[in-house]
Amino acid sequence: MAGSRKGPTARALGRFANNRVALLGLVAFVLILAAILTYPLWWAYSPNQIDLRALNKGPSASHWFGTDGVGRDVLARLMQGGRISLLVAITSVAVSLVIGFLVGAVSSFSGRVLDGAIMRLVDLAMTLPPVILLLVLASIVGTGIVPTIAVISLLSWPVLSRMVRARLLELRERDFVVAARGMGAGMGHLLFRHGLPNCIDILVVYATLQIANAILLEAGLSFLGLGIAPPEASWGNMLNAARSTSVLEQYVWQWMFPGAALVITLLAINFVGDGLRDAFDPRSDLQ
Amino acid sequence: MLPYILRRLATGLLMLVALSILVFVLLRLAPGDPIDAYVNPNVAMSQAEMAALRARLGFDQPLPVQYLAWLRAAATGDLGFSIQRNGVRVLPLVLERIGPTVLLMAAGLAIAIVLGIAAGILSAVRRNSPTDIGFSVVAFFGISSPAFLTAILGLYLFSVVLRWAPSGGMLTPGAPFSISDLLAHLVLPACLLSIGHAALIMRYMRASLLEVLNQDYVRTARAKGVKEFWVIMKHAVRNALLPVVTLIGSTIGIAVGGAIFIESVFNWPGMGLLLINAVDTRDYPVIMGATLIIGACVIVVNLLTDMAYAAVDPRIQVA
Repeated sequence: MAGSRKGPTARALGRFANNRVALLGLVAFVLILAAILTYPLWWAYSPNQIDLRALNKGPSASHWFGTDGVGRDVLARLMQGGRISLLVAITSVAVSLVIGFLVGAVSSFSGRVLDGAIMRLVDLAMTLPPVILLLVLASIVGTGIVPTIAVISLLSWPVLSRMVRARLLELRERDFVVAARGMGAGMGHLLFRHGLPNCIDILVVYATLQIANAILLEAGLSFLGLGIAPPEASWGNMLNAARSTSVLEQYVWQWMFPGAALVITLLAINFVGDGLRDAFDPRSDLQ
Repeated sequence: MLPYILRRLATGLLMLVALSILVFVLLRLAPGDPIDAYVNPNVAMSQAEMAALRARLGFDQPLPVQYLAWLRAAATGDLGFSIQRNGVRVLPLVLERIGPTVLLMAAGLAIAIVLGIAAGILSAVRRNSPTDIGFSVVAFFGISSPAFLTAILGLYLFSVVLRWAPSGGMLTPGAPFSISDLLAHLVLPACLLSIGHAALIMRYMRASLLEVLNQDYVRTARAKGVKEFWVIMKHAVRNALLPVVTLIGSTIGIAVGGAIFIESVFNWPGMGLLLINAVDTRDYPVIMGATLIIGACVIVVNLLTDMAYAAVDPRIQVA
């Protein structure tokens, strides 16, 4: 460590580049992303195009992943579903990043009463089983893309605000922050000039792992019929079809492909997230 | 010890109050007229009667007053009526579902604890061996695959393809009750429920045991000639278990989430299925009643594990 002239971020990126599993995850995720984003260019079918001559047909040369009960192409729906799942996940993570950071940062820089009140609220949000809260919120706001994003973001920020608060409580006592306060720096300056740069690692790791989590929550909600409503495709509501016995037993391709897509995507993102977490951990060079 | 318990009890109580406020606020946010929850749908009522009832139930009062009244009713077990099932009270509806859910979760948790701890010990002792790597890969899949997916896959594999297990429900309809019938229905959902949890426990157990194995007292035990098996089981595992116990307590909430999906796929007549059906039909009194009871159970369980932890670990006293 002593001879290293690189900055901490550069060292972290170097560690990440040496982590084969994380790189594998990154490559897999980029490939999935590319496939999802470009599918209209290379695939002949669109997700809601109905082919009445091919109802519940298995995988074949023209429909690689088969068709569903009303003759829609499963591969096209899978790709479109991926777009929706990622859209929901990324938007909700962005929203919860902003809320989580602001709540955590304000809580750590403000007085004891406000801090205590905010943290008890966070405690409460973390005590309730997330899926229960998700169901209750979903039953109030209804189905669709925007309500699903709202529900997932509302649910995810408490954990982040905890981590941000813990980091900034320590930062608050450092000399440069005390000096900044002494010179009359306002809350905005403290949060964004000192707090934000010092939380970047937490935010990056959280965002990556939370994308996987959000995909999972969206799929779970849609699976129960509460997230993305048909005819819009999502991996969760494609899996929902497997709740009917005939689909589960006879039309295996209709739920196995979305299930596989879900697991592969989650694995890839989790690999990247774990890799980033290890890379940003300064202790990992010492081992 | 005593101050810690008292403080923990006080926070637990506060959490319960906060939970009830949250449920109340959500109940008011929900679409529809809150009075629906208090009116027995079998009884025909005129507008004037409704207004009179509204006044009598206090819906013309400010919200905090309403909250106190609702809390008083809820504390005596009056959670209103189900909107969808004519005239059925919410409380008995929820209470009769607790048994099956507890059974499913207890079975799943027991399997997860045994599997997770055994696999964790094996991987830590044989660090970086094929066994360790194999378990790690399985654990990664276990953590990454959502409960509803493992449930569907398990249902397909074990009851459609292999025909080893019944495809759902808790008892064979029409057949007389027998323990073996119940167990046959229980095994598959409980095992599937345990997967994610077992993977989590395994990872924690492995990390915690690896740390303990580097401690001086383990080296001392080895040096004085204790057999390796007893070094692991007596000296290392007992100390490594502490963080795992907290983990188990703090993940009960997540297990509840998994149980909901498993119940939905396997048609298991528990709280989860009740909640999902209630959400499907927008039966708000039932949703809120179930949420209140589940939340209260989770808070109480967390409280109990914290206390058990304090009883086991003497270091907690200082905190």
